[in-house]
Amino acid sequence: MPEDLNWAIGGEAGDGIDSTGKIFAQALSRAGRHVFTSKDFASRIRGGYTAYKVRTSVERVESVVDRLDILIALTERTVEENMDELHDGSVIIYDGERTMMSDFEAPDGMIGLDVPLKRLAEEAGGAIMRNIVALGAACEVADFPIENLDEALEKRFGGKGEAIVENNRAAALAGQDYVQEEYDLDTPYELETTDADYVLLNGDEAIGMGAIAAGCRFYAGYPITPATDVMTYLTGRIDRYGGKVVQAEDELSAINMALGAARAGARSMTATSGPGIDLMTETFGLVATSETPLVIADVMRSGPSTGMPTKQEQGDLNMALYGGHGEIPRFVVAPTSVSECFWKTVEAFNLAEQYQTPVFVLSDLAMAVTEQTFPPETFDMDEVEINRGKVVDDDTIGEWQNDSGQFKPHALTDDGVSPRAFPGTDGGAHMSTGLEHDELGRRTEDTDMRIEQVDKRNRKVETAREREDWSPREFGDPESGNLVVSWGSNEGALREAIDLLDEEGVDVRVLSVPYIFPRPDLTEEFEAADDVVVVECNATGQWADVLEHDTLQRVKRVNKYNGVRFKADELAEDLTDAFGIAGETEVEAE
Amino acid sequence: MSSENVRFVDFKSDKQPTWCPGCGDFGTMNGMMKALANTGNDPDNTFVVAGIGCSGKIGTYMHSYALHGVHGRALPVGTGVKMANPDLEVMVAGGDGDGYSIGAGHFVHAVRRNVDMTYVVMDNRIYGLTKGQFSPTSREDFETSTSPDGTHQQPVNPLALALAAGGTFIAQSFSSDAQRHAEIVQQAVEHDGFGFVNVFSPCVTFNDVDTYDYFRDSLQDVGESDHDASDYDAAKEKILDRDTEYQGVLYQDESSVPYEQREGVEGNMADIDDTPPEDAMDLVREFY
Repeated sequence: MPEDLNWAIGGEAGDGIDSTGKIFAQALSRAGRHVFTSKDFASRIRGGYTAYKVRTSVERVESVVDRLDILIALTERTVEENMDELHDGSVIIYDGERTMMSDFEAPDGMIGLDVPLKRLAEEAGGAIMRNIVALGAACEVADFPIENLDEALEKRFGGKGEAIVENNRAAALAGQDYVQEEYDLDTPYELETTDADYVLLNGDEAIGMGAIAAGCRFYAGYPITPATDVMTYLTGRIDRYGGKVVQAEDELSAINMALGAARAGARSMTATSGPGIDLMTETFGLVATSETPLVIADVMRSGPSTGMPTKQEQGDLNMALYGGHGEIPRFVVAPTSVSECFWKTVEAFNLAEQYQTPVFVLSDLAMAVTEQTFPPETFDMDEVEINRGKVVDDDTIGEWQNDSGQFKPHALTDDGVSPRAFPGTDGGAHMSTGLEHDELGRRTEDTDMRIEQVDKRNRKVETAREREDWSPREFGDPESGNLVVSWGSNEGALREAIDLLDEEGVDVRVLSVPYIFPRPDLTEEFEAADDVVVVECNATGQWADVLEHDTLQRVKRVNKYNGVRFKADELAEDLTDAFGIAGETEVEAE
Repeated sequence: MSSENVRFVDFKSDKQPTWCPGCGDFGTMNGMMKALANTGNDPDNTFVVAGIGCSGKIGTYMHSYALHGVHGRALPVGTGVKMANPDLEVMVAGGDGDGYSIGAGHFVHAVRRNVDMTYVVMDNRIYGLTKGQFSPTSREDFETSTSPDGTHQQPVNPLALALAAGGTFIAQSFSSDAQRHAEIVQQAVEHDGFGFVNVFSPCVTFNDVDTYDYFRDSLQDVGESDHDASDYDAAKEKILDRDTEYQGVLYQDESSVPYEQREGVEGNMADIDDTPPEDAMDLVREFY
């Protein structure tokens, strides 16, 4: 695992926690350091406890760990909430002049830095900048040159005028100076900078960016945590490319608007989270039966019902696979990282149009609220290809008309894929319906045609299974008998966990699967393994069940469902326990 | 197909309707087809959306691009179609159950959003296809299989709902008054914004109260009075009149600007390149 620093600012919602964290994360990113952020937040606008955590290293960082080195605590509760992660030598920055922190004493072994945040902020131009004072103090503790904050402050406050930016610079400097003058600190940190240029973004933004890159023009959605950032990202931006976002009155409307736009020929999508997916479920079958290409992103959170809206879970896998009445052919892809949120969204649009099906993008809160650094070429737009599938135009439509000149939108083809005619195409007028229909789209209850159409729609999945690459991503030791299988956002924590295990002499082979349906056949890999452990953020092991069904083999399970994503060090322990090799490694370590 | 030569029968499909003989929906649909042809549209640039119920069958009997969707959600589909391609003529059909019960939320929001499309509701004040239960427009004392002693619920007034939601075109017609009905729907199509027409479309099988005779005798046509549809207060008075039901355009805001225009939607969103836009890397650079 890379040498890194773990930093956090915590307080009450409404204290400007997010913006302060974001400024620090951006400053680190601009200084050529890798960043991985996470958020603890509650479902309320003001009050409560909220924190923004930043892990940074010159090496790539892909997960969170159980350690906190520098904590800016605006409330005592912030310290309590993070006690498990604080350690000997952790630095806690607080404002002892604030009534609520006046009795605070840093726990034994930790370093308390009492900095008059509010007073220094007022001297710099306004009490509101107290977080920036604290940030300046933290920069001093971490030995991070303060001028690195400049660009991030400019980006954040530039719109409010240069004077505000200058005030914030002064506030940061005041924090730094105060620590320098009042404390004789000897911390081990030195946040070196590099020449690298990174971009910093979260999973929802990556989904939105992927949608625009893939030519998505229409988005309809309804705000819901943690999917809302997809809509806010697209709002305004998609317009530059001729598209539009509509905030619908509810999720039922959102998916039907998206369906309408898709039938008009636009690349179209909606995004929501669990409760919204439930409402949209009604329309899944219509999308599939009318053979409409549609991308539906589910940014999962803890369920069921409203569950824990601001907490992590991978509980919607079964919904994505089976949700809706009747049997619905669909594709389900699950990005494994923030950058994969981009690429899997691009892929989803191509799959949707090539096969004229609903395509689910299963993301989750852990990715949605994680901001992570990437070299910009990770999102190389030249690599994006757009495949619109079998679209016919005024010239080619004749091939798909019957003797009476009627267009056959549901023509029975060998690969199961029928032609599409966008409205406006001469001679293409046709109806589509959620009722079973014939090749023309006309309702039918003919038993033979029913079978033909069901088989045709399912044949698209078989065609895709053969034509597309559904391989898992593999890392670790390919020869190891300890096989770990994961899906979705656990990949980052797993990558770091196996490095930790490697240090202890434990080999693990990991298959991270971004495809839920269709998915790779892992029978051979399972047979070659001594032991299989399936890792997922839910209680019942939905992915493990699916894999047992596929491979007819029992697996071991590592499940986490307390609302918090896997941490690398914790996962390493869970895996040694699951494989039953904890004892051996301890012996080896001695 | 060139639109000069389009006649209303060109919007007819070769499927024979399975509506009951004498159903009001025949007349309602004929008026819709006439309105489309008279306004210079042709089947290849027209999109018809319908929900579920007797009204939902309309996409089968008309010839155009069409979607027969799920219950109550036709308006959002129509909104998506029009937003994605404003060049298309979009007509949405619904019934009183589809539009004012399960789809009531969408109705209110479609009205206030004011997308340029036409919404025709075939209002027969009964659930026909499920064989005779009361609907949201059924009278309070109406006896049906699910209301043996009357509904004990007040009927919804769709015109008042539309007015309260900020409707820019609110009209009512009677399917049997063929000429007038077609004319009213045509005005709705020509309206720049959401053209809403509630059509009395009698159910001859399950509703023996709201019959052809009833409407023929009771309906008053605002065209025969000096009703000024641009006068909001006059419209309100007629729409809230508990004693009389009116036919005609009750309210029209001539200065209406459709939502998609206010949102600056330009052209057909189906037209995209086969690669991302040239400046797509700018999207990435925003995250520096």
